[in-house]
Amino acid sequence: MPAIDLVDTPPLLAAHCLAYARNEEPIFGPLDFSLAAGEVVLIEGDNGSGKTTLLKVLSGLLEPTSGEVLLNGVHLTLAKLSHQVALLGHLAGIKMELSTLQNLRFAVGLGGIRPGITPPLALASVGLAGYEDQPVRLLSAGQKKRVALARLLLVPAALWLLDEPYANLDREGIELVNRLLTTHAQRGGAALITSHGAYAYTSGTPRKIALNPGTGNRESAIGPKSTPTKDASA
Amino acid sequence: MKPGTTSAACAALLRRDLALIWRRRGDALNPLLFAVIVVALFPFALGPEAQVLERIAAGTIFVAVLLASLLSLDNLFRSDLDDGSLEQLVLSPHPLSLLLACKIAVHWLTTALPLIAIAPLLSVFLHLPDTVLPVLLGTLALATPLLSLIGAICVALTAGMRRSGMLLTLIVLPLIVPVLIFGAGACNAAQAGLPYGAPLLWLGAWLTLALVLAPLATAAALKISLT
Repeated sequence: MPAIDLVDTPPLLAAHCLAYARNEEPIFGPLDFSLAAGEVVLIEGDNGSGKTTLLKVLSGLLEPTSGEVLLNGVHLTLAKLSHQVALLGHLAGIKMELSTLQNLRFAVGLGGIRPGITPPLALASVGLAGYEDQPVRLLSAGQKKRVALARLLLVPAALWLLDEPYANLDREGIELVNRLLTTHAQRGGAALITSHGAYAYTSGTPRKIALNPGTGNRESAIGPKSTPTKDASA
Repeated sequence: MKPGTTSAACAALLRRDLALIWRRRGDALNPLLFAVIVVALFPFALGPEAQVLERIAAGTIFVAVLLASLLSLDNLFRSDLDDGSLEQLVLSPHPLSLLLACKIAVHWLTTALPLIAIAPLLSVFLHLPDTVLPVLLGTLALATPLLSLIGAICVALTAGMRRSGMLLTLIVLPLIVPVLIFGAGACNAAQAGLPYGAPLLWLGAWLTLALVLAPLATAAALKISLT
């Protein structure tokens, strides 16, 4: 499986000594990792190990306590970085009262659109064809998740940050997420996925970044696995 | 890979928020109903003498309109915060202050504008002289956007907290008292046959200032609330 390659092209995303603390209590880090174009990397950790916080820091919603983030080798302030990532969090940002198509049209208006795709096409490719005018409120939890995935397809972001993308999805939905991730990686995109262990990514074995639980993740020795806090090739 | 233009983003946000309010148009009528009820109760409490009502007309309408706008202020960012839309707004490639200005504009259009539209009816309830009505409408047109803008900053400051309604009221009220004094003052001056231009100009000056600065302050406050 891919070792850390030392080619000339800088990685799509690189983090150096990235750490975040809330009220002086460390949540995660310091972390060093990089993400090349075409890569899907899994962030593993137990509940409360800071997976969601890490994604929020990488998306620019939270300022890291220390460390820096590089995008394509360029040091970017997180505010600028945030424009090039798509975050799918626990809260999907979908309006229950509006139809699926209205929600996607808004996402396109806000974030722009990838060439060669339209909101109805995106809905069809997540298996929601025929639900265009259905208010999201009437959809099941898994279908809501699919609407959020359709948004990812539309928005022109190279880096996807997905928080528990497999939650609420049936077997078919899990395959759908894997298919979307594979296509995205083939197109030169990259994705960071969080998972609390029950991970379902099947297209090859992805690289993993381990976050040890609780506050112990500063020291790589503490934690259930002997995996260092740095990125480890699986 | 081209991000959309900022104007397209603002248009999309306006369209979405208006569609949302249309879906919940029953709730949107609440402030209107509140103002009508408050104003309609005064003649019952004070008696129907035109002389008494005339004197308190402008002030009562002003207070009712301000409180009614305040009533809906708490919901300005609430649903967006609860369902994660606000995070998407913050992460979008467009200036957050402009997007929030659109949200504030929608708040004004859907709560304050209907209130201004029924102000002539309210003034009939309280025997406001016809000559004062244009001044009342003018001051309301200047004062209500000010309230939405000042209110938005305060809502953004308290957005991270649950049950922030009481705190919000405590923060907003002192800030809008000057608006009330100048607005109602202009109407009272017009009613007494005195020049009323100065308070109107003051309101206009504050509105200009708030239009420029309030969205920036709201964006900054909201970013703090989100962390």
